[in-house]
Amino acid sequence: MSTTTEQARTANGANVHLRAASTESSPRVLIQDLDFYYGTNQALKKVNLTLPDRRVTGMIGPSGCGKSTLLRVLNRMYDLYPGQRVEGQVMMDGQNIVDPGVDVNALRARIGMVFQKPTPFPMTIHENIAFGVKLHEKLSKSAMDERVEWSLTRAALWAEVKDRLHTSAMGLSGGQQQRLCIARTIAVRPEVILLDEPTSALDPISTLKIEELIDELKNDFTIAIVTHNMQQAARCADQVAFFYLGEMVEVAPAAEIFTAPKQKRTQEYVTGRFG
Amino acid sequence: MADSPEHLVKSYDLELKRLNAMICEMGGIVENQVALATNAIVLRDAEAAARTVQEDARVDALEREIEQFVIRMLALRQPMAGDLRQIVASLKITTDLERIGDYATNVAKRGITLAQFNVPYSLTGLAHMAHLVQEQLKSIIDALATNDAAKAIEVWHADQAVDNLYNTIFRELITYMMEDPRNITPCTHLLFIAKNLERIGDHATNVAETIHYAATGSVLPDARPKGDTSAYTVVRPVGEQA
Repeated sequence: MSTTTEQARTANGANVHLRAASTESSPRVLIQDLDFYYGTNQALKKVNLTLPDRRVTGMIGPSGCGKSTLLRVLNRMYDLYPGQRVEGQVMMDGQNIVDPGVDVNALRARIGMVFQKPTPFPMTIHENIAFGVKLHEKLSKSAMDERVEWSLTRAALWAEVKDRLHTSAMGLSGGQQQRLCIARTIAVRPEVILLDEPTSALDPISTLKIEELIDELKNDFTIAIVTHNMQQAARCADQVAFFYLGEMVEVAPAAEIFTAPKQKRTQEYVTGRFG
Repeated sequence: MADSPEHLVKSYDLELKRLNAMICEMGGIVENQVALATNAIVLRDAEAAARTVQEDARVDALEREIEQFVIRMLALRQPMAGDLRQIVASLKITTDLERIGDYATNVAKRGITLAQFNVPYSLTGLAHMAHLVQEQLKSIIDALATNDAAKAIEVWHADQAVDNLYNTIFRELITYMMEDPRNITPCTHLLFIAKNLERIGDHATNVAETIHYAATGSVLPDARPKGDTSAYTVVRPVGEQA
């Protein structure tokens, strides 16, 4: 598709993505017939879903529907727990990332994750960012400083912390801590960012800052966001997938899911008739 | 939505029901206005004409009330999917109903004027047209109350018959005017009355389209069966060559 239909210019000349056209993109992650088990309990049932490149995929559904489980599968979090296993495929660049032979550390550098509650390490702001980068790259001090500034700038936090980089991250507000976690995630320059209810512990203004950040980050990263807040999915996501009892019931452009969903269960969930 | 289970928040359901009740009430008043206006013309009932005009104030007040209610629901409930469609549809439907009320009022006012004339023309065709339009309105208000997309489509198709009648009446009235210039004043009023009735039919089909969208989420095709060809109608005196 042409850039003229995909992008438009705002009054100040910046390119903005048009929502209507923005679900058209090549696939970045292909989830195929994915089953997931916590012991004998099947949490995902034959899930098929594509994360389009540099688009935001929202995942909604009632508690226990499998949406967070899917994120855990995507960066192999389940590897840490015996008894949890996966069947099916998650393809990325022709590689099945749930294959046991895949280097999990390298994978987690490509697929970063941000959690519901901000989880800064008890270190300085600078060290919080540098810590993850050091695991994957050997950078000189100046290159590392540059990377820290770049990450914090991309996470819209630089201006607020540039004079206190060497103070403890624990002194930041909740919203700042969450943006720090996003900065930490993007510092290793992943391809995919997974956000598991990233704003559920934040105040409305911090929430909007994160949402603005998501909109900005999708120019460079493929994003999947799990959220209980349907308005947030409506605001942030290009496509939205609705999960129920471990099944992916429906996936469609956000506008379609929230105005005219095809499946009755989606309609009932988004209008607040069960949950 | 009539066929959906209830909301987890009961007050939301109550508001949706209240919104539907207000729209149906407005529809009922407008339907009655059209019936009264028809009597004002066909039966030369001045009392009916006066009541049609009076009712218009209630219709306008209800329109404002529904608008406020819808804006409030959009802000406070942040509706989604079927609820969103129903609430936005209510806003559109209320505008169509208000216009229908205006047309009925205009018909009634012309009825009062017409009473001063000896109308040379049989009003049977006009009465029939008014009857068809009333039937359409009644069906559409039933469809509104039950959120019935299939019934809405019936109304959408039925408008063709109203358009056909309008074309016939248009030609007839021009003929009467050509026969005797003294007919021009009453026939012009009758022409406007017929046009108003035809417009009421059009607004009923708008409502049908909106109901269909609210109920199903899909939009009816643009090409509604339209039959008002009066814009191209030419009637020439007998013997004159075209």
